[in-house]
Parts: sequence; structure tokens; C-alpha cells
Amino acid sequence: MASDVVAPISPLTPPLTAERPVVWPERAAAQLSCGIAVHLVERHTIPKFSIQLFIRSGKAMAAITDPAVAELTSALLRTGTATRSENAVDDELRRIGAELGAGAGADASWIAATGLSEFSPELLAMVADLARHPAFPIGPFERERGNAVEAVRLERTSPAFLASERLRKVLFGEHPYAIVAPTEEQVAATSREQIAEFHQIHYSPANALLLAVGDFSATQFVEQLERAFSGWSGPQVEQPDEVPLPSHFGRHVWLVHVPGAVQTQIAAANLAITRNHPDWLRLTLANAIYGGAFHSRLVANIREQKGYTYSPRSGLTALRRHGYFSVHAAVRNEVVAATLTEMFYELDRIRALPVRDDELSDARAYLSGVFSLGIATLDGLAGQLATVYVNELPEDYLETYRDKIRAVTAEEVIAAARAYFDSSNSQIILVGDAGQIGEQARLFGDVQVYDAQGKLLSAD
Amino acid sequence: MLSFPIHARTLANGLRVVISPDRTAPVVTVGVYYNIGFRLEPRGRSGFAHLFEHMMFQGSEHAGKMVHIRLVNSSGGVLNGSTRYDVTNYFESVPSSALERMLWLEADRMRSLRVDDENLRNQRDVVKEEVRMNVFNQPYGGFPWLDLPPIANRNWANAHNFYGDFQDLDAATLDDVQAFFRTYYTPNNAVLLVLGDVEPGAGFDLAEKQFGAIPRGPAPPAADVSEPPQTEERRGTVEERLGTLPAMAIGYHAPPRRSPDWYALALADCALHGGRAGRVHRSLVLERQMALETAGGIHYPMGDLFDYNGPMQMVTRILHKMDHTPEQVLSAFDQVIADLCARPLPAAELEECKVKLRSDYYSALEGGMGGHVPRFGLMHLLACFTLFDGDPKLVNTILDEFLRVTPEQVHAAASRVLRPQNRAIIFRLPATKSAPPQAAD
Repeated sequence: MASDVVAPISPLTPPLTAERPVVWPERAAAQLSCGIAVHLVERHTIPKFSIQLFIRSGKAMAAITDPAVAELTSALLRTGTATRSENAVDDELRRIGAELGAGAGADASWIAATGLSEFSPELLAMVADLARHPAFPIGPFERERGNAVEAVRLERTSPAFLASERLRKVLFGEHPYAIVAPTEEQVAATSREQIAEFHQIHYSPANALLLAVGDFSATQFVEQLERAFSGWSGPQVEQPDEVPLPSHFGRHVWLVHVPGAVQTQIAAANLAITRNHPDWLRLTLANAIYGGAFHSRLVANIREQKGYTYSPRSGLTALRRHGYFSVHAAVRNEVVAATLTEMFYELDRIRALPVRDDELSDARAYLSGVFSLGIATLDGLAGQLATVYVNELPEDYLETYRDKIRAVTAEEVIAAARAYFDSSNSQIILVGDAGQIGEQARLFGDVQVYDAQGKLLSAD
Repeated sequence: MLSFPIHARTLANGLRVVISPDRTAPVVTVGVYYNIGFRLEPRGRSGFAHLFEHMMFQGSEHAGKMVHIRLVNSSGGVLNGSTRYDVTNYFESVPSSALERMLWLEADRMRSLRVDDENLRNQRDVVKEEVRMNVFNQPYGGFPWLDLPPIANRNWANAHNFYGDFQDLDAATLDDVQAFFRTYYTPNNAVLLVLGDVEPGAGFDLAEKQFGAIPRGPAPPAADVSEPPQTEERRGTVEERLGTLPAMAIGYHAPPRRSPDWYALALADCALHGGRAGRVHRSLVLERQMALETAGGIHYPMGDLFDYNGPMQMVTRILHKMDHTPEQVLSAFDQVIADLCARPLPAAELEECKVKLRSDYYSALEGGMGGHVPRFGLMHLLACFTLFDGDPKLVNTILDEFLRVTPEQVHAAASRVLRPQNRAIIFRLPATKSAPPQAAD
């Protein structure tokens, strides 16, 4: 039993003292005249603030037709507006001591900025200008598109990236969530017109959400936002029709062949649930016990007892419409089969046997404690606001999370594990040298072998 | 001027204790920083300081294997540790109800590391997988933090493989572990930090209660980490086995920490590497379009301006396109350096750099490693200023030194430092000259 690796707790261990109540900071909310919903928290630790502007259209919005367009659009926002050159944008950001980034995830695009409070009007004006009036000048467009071709080529030399890319293709099939990144050819084929059109349709106040935390007066800050975004208009955005997902029966192995790899990146995954599903917190607790914490069963087993890997972990990924559960480890080539055996042993164990009382109380305390750490930093607060408002969770989500976690029972944990740790239909992704690990892979199901570019090399 | 509350005391056994209260949230961060890093690990034992850091999680007298981890997690907290040039740190963030338990855990392993051969074998395997994941099986793994020091430096302390050759990791014994522990992991070679929801008087009492009885150790042996003067440019090449693009890194030996030239160089660093407006990025990525990305700084990419105590370089990292030769890219970089050294920094540019440096400094202090280690940044600087400078309160005052730097001082420092005879260059070049196959196949 892997849990034997944990030594007993000494009676000399100091007890916990009385807990001080965790009080979530007051949140302010506003609606700008252009229609953007705003949520803010004041925090005066340092004279800075951060702002996140979310656009509720991400890569999934155009993944099938224009898989490069959402990311390129966000990357190009800062390359010039109707009134600012690219250099003027960069110079102004340095002048006001601000950092600004933009990107696109599966379900949303975003502009995030952090800056000094003394320059908040300038930074808000900048964010608004980039969101509203990007010019997509041709020179920077061609440069960024060329760099993006190089970047996607380079990305496919990273084992972790290749594992995540194959995992999403396997789980999501023809669904837009299947596409993590475009091919080089797809990037090269993206036109400036497609980008301008994506911006025009999706970067709309009706499709936006704005979150801010930091050293400001919420009232004055909303006034500054109002000035920056006043007059912005745009269409409602329709969500694309839902596409059915593939069903997987039995375990299959999807091997991405990287000749000469000295280590194998392993992932095992199955579809699960989204954040607003009633079982979400129960499954979160099951995951913490299985492999979601340093002290979890998986880490005790394949790291602290067997030394197969530095980096085992399991996690839940929640996209807007679907979620999945996945287990990951990077291991030396000789122990691929041994690692998979232990991953599935631990999955089957948590599905079959009730968790011990002390494991359950440890996991509850872990999740509720770590959740409260989040309120003590600007990043943590910003992340918590994003969790609630991007995912459209109930307004009392933060305040009730800890009590709900503490109320989860051993029966609910095992029920969640049985429902969503789908061990017997788990899809296995291996990124490594097929010659060295192919025989081990075949022990777990039929094997399809791909190259790093996604081309099928062989199939059982 | 900043005014973070800082309370510092030294226990009778030499353990320095620094407390910075902030009652905003009922959470505390506890850290123990030991004044030993990979620079001073034993010869023939490359990678040992980091392997040793792993051993500190393997068991102590009253907290056996995995108990430390279990007690932190089950108290609602997170933990980690890291090994750097001149310090090794261990830290945990928890609800403040677990403060004494955390101090007890840290004191127990400072007093009594209890590990066996099986623990050592286990963590040696774990560390090897860490190295495979981060170096051998990663595009540009270890670049340039492992590639540059052996080219740039002559003193083994500064020039060896900090992650460790596998044969050296294999050679490490339990005796080595206990000897390293006795030599460097003494209360008088460490600082304890408590930040967040703690009343300073109560915090000092708990520190005394948990750590006060640990005996002082002999002072660690004096070590020579100095580098002999460099008289000509040094170059090296390393093969890139995974990545598709050529990369290079240029490192200049920086002036001694907290010397006048060092403050001035920090502003030159900002002019060169400060975001997209930085001169290197603007020239190589935006204007000449030779490079995909550039980045750099003093102690880049492993640390910051403050968290080292010995020879260090200002490093620029460039990832560039195949259709420009490394020499062409280096020549473009040299033009940027020549421009910087040709005349005093324009006053407006210096002002912008000071605003950026100030803004970045605030964020560094507030930073919590992504949100779950509140006050990590403040703790880190308090620890380094205590161990290296004997003055944690520098956290509140050091920024002013940077803001006093003049354009002439930047010019003078840049001219003294940014010379070919003071630099090393490492080229990391893809194994195959041909680009990977394109669409047609």
C-alpha cells in the first residue's frame, strides 16, 4: 500500500490554534454605460492595481474555420491603434510603469494590465484604446504572423505541449475544443482581414467583462473606466452550435513519437464536468485525495515511494461547455508501464474503497485553507474574481466555498470518483520514443502512433 | 519611501528572526533561509545542494517521511523550497492557526535531519527525472542558466553544473548529506521569517520556544568565490537537440552588488531589457526582425538583482530566425550596446526606466508566486538583505539608491561593464541545419 510511505504523526505536533474568521473583501460592481459589467476589489498593499478585460470569445469560437485567428488578434492589439504607433504603445507603458499582456484561451480572449495607481487614467485609456481601436498595421501584422509560424513549429518540440495537444484531440474529436494550436500552414494562411473581422464581431462591450483589484477608490475608478470606454458599441455575439463529442470505449493509447526522447510524458484522461455542475466540489475533493495535492496518494506512490517521476499531478479542467479529468507525469522510459499501472491502481482504489476519515479531513482542510490564501495577494484576488465572474458562478461562491468543501462526505467522494474517474475508458497519451516505449504502451490497449506534426504513422 | 513594518531579533544561538506583520487576512507565510547555495557545494558533488534540499523533505526526528508535507497540506497550506546560488529556502503558507505547527516543523528539521539510504536513493531518482524534464527533454532546457557559467567563469564554484552531473548525483552518500547538514544548516547560518497574520511579540516568543534550544554550530568555513580578472571575450557552443531555432546568450560580469556601478547598471539593464520598449527587443525583434524574442537582466533567468552574494552576470537571451547567422545577430546586438555606451542615457529614457524599476520593485515585494504564497516576494528580499547585508530594513530604503542614479553614471557604468573582454557568449544551435519538413511530404 502506497500510503504506508507516510510516517505516523508525532503526539508532540502542536495543535492548531483557534481560527480567525476568513472575511472575503467587499466587492463593488458596476455597469458602464456601454454595457460592460465591472467587478472590483480595493486592496491597498502597494500603490498598484491590475485590470483584466475579458472578451467572451476565444479560440473555440473559430477553431474549425480559422484556428489561428483568436490568438493572432489578441497578439496584434498592441501593435498600433488609430492614434498610436506600436512604439508609442510600448513607450507609454514604460513611462507609466505598466505591464500589459493579451492572449486567447479556449473560451475567452483577454487584455490584462498592471500599473501604478498614480497613472490609472492613462493605463485605462490604453486598455480601452487597444480593445476598441486597433489598426492592425500591415508591417507588424506580417511580422507577428511570421513569428507565430516559428512559434507553433517550436511549440511542437515541447513534450508537455504535444501531450496536451493530443489529449484534446482525442477527447474532443470534431469539437472546437479539440484544437489547442493551429498548424504552421494555418497560421501562414491567416489574413489581416480575418483578424479585423474577428475583432469587429467579438470585441464588443456586449461580449466583455472587466475585473480590477488593487490600490484605487472603487468609485473614482469606475468613473475613469466610464471615461475610457464611453461610446463603445458593438453587436451581441452568438455562441456557436454545439458539436457532439466522441465516445471512447476501453483504454486506447495515443503515442506521439519523438525519436530519441530520454523521458516519456504521460497523460491519462477522460471527459468529466464543468464548474457549475453540482458534483464539482465533490470531484475537486476526490481529485485532491487522488493526485491534486503534494500529500496525495499518487504523489506518495509514484514519487515519494517509487521515484518514477518529479512531477506527478492530476487535475480537473473546466471549459465553458465541457470538462475533463487528467493525470500527468514525466517518467524515465523504463517505467512507463509501471507508472501507468500505479496511476490506474490508485484510480481503481479510490473508486472501490471508501476514503479514510483522516484522509478526508486532511483534504477538506487543504482545499479550504488554500482557498483562503488566495485573498491575501493581488494575483490571488484577481484569480478568484475571474473564477466567479468568467465562469458565471453564483455570487456567493467565494463566501460559501469553504463550508461546502467541509460538508463533503466520504460517500460523496467515492460516488464522484466512480462517476468521473473513468478508469476503464481512460485515454492514454504518451509522448516519447516509440521504439523504446512501444511494447510497454501495448500492454494498455491498441496503439496509434503520430509524429509531432500530428501525422498518423501507424495504428494497431 | 516604503514603510513595510519590519521587526528583527537574533536568538542566543545566532538564529536571526524577522517578522513583518500584516493582518489583512488570517494567513501567515513562514520561511527559513540558509546561507548556502549551489555555488559552495562540494567539489565532485555537483548538484548536491539541490539534492540536499530534496532530502530536507524526507524526514526529521519527530516528523518522518511525508509528515512535513502532510502536516502543511492538512493545515490548509502549501509548501516548497528552492536552491539558488547562495541561499536555499524552505517556506510554507498556511492559515495563521497553524503558525506554531509550522515553526515546530521547521525547527525539527533544523535540529535533526533523519534520513536513510532509501530516502537518498528515492530522491536521487526524483531529481534525475527533474533534470530530464527541465533540461534533457525540454527545448532550450537549462539555457542559459546551465550553459553560460562554465564558459563565463574560471572558479569551480561559479563554473560547475549546478543541477548536477548524474555521476556526481550517484556518488553522493548519506555521509555527505549529514556533513553538509552539520556544516551549513545551523541556526547561526540561517534566518527565520514570519509574515502576515502575526503579532510580533507573540511571533518572537514562538520562535524562541521552537528554535531557542537548537545548539549553535561552528561558523561555516570561509570560501573563495572570486573570479580572476577576465582579459578577453569567451565563447562556447552547445547543441540544441529539440528546438528549431538558434539561440544565444551574452553575459557580462556585473559590478559588485550594491556598488555605485551596480545601481547604475540596473538602470542600463532596464534601458536594454525593460519590456518591449527595451532597446534590445526594439532593435532585434521589432526593427531588424531578426529575433523572435529577447529577454535579459542581472541574474537572469534564475533570480533578481538582490538574491545572490558573489560574482554574477547581466545576461541577454536571444532566440533568432534561421535566415540570420549568429554572427549577424550578435553584430546587431553589439550595435545596441555601442549606442548605449556612446553617450549618456537620454534624461527622459532614464526617468521612464526609474518609473518601471519602481513599479517592478513594488510588484516583486507584493508577489506571492502566483497568489498562493502571500508575501513571498517581501520575505525573499528580507531574507537576502538579512543574510547578505545584515539589514532587512534595506527593503524599505534601497529603491531610493536607484532613483538617485544620473544619466552620466549609467553611461560610465555601461562603458566599464559592457566590453567584449568582460563577456561570455554561448551559442545554442539546432542539431540539424535543415528546418523541419514543411507542408508537403
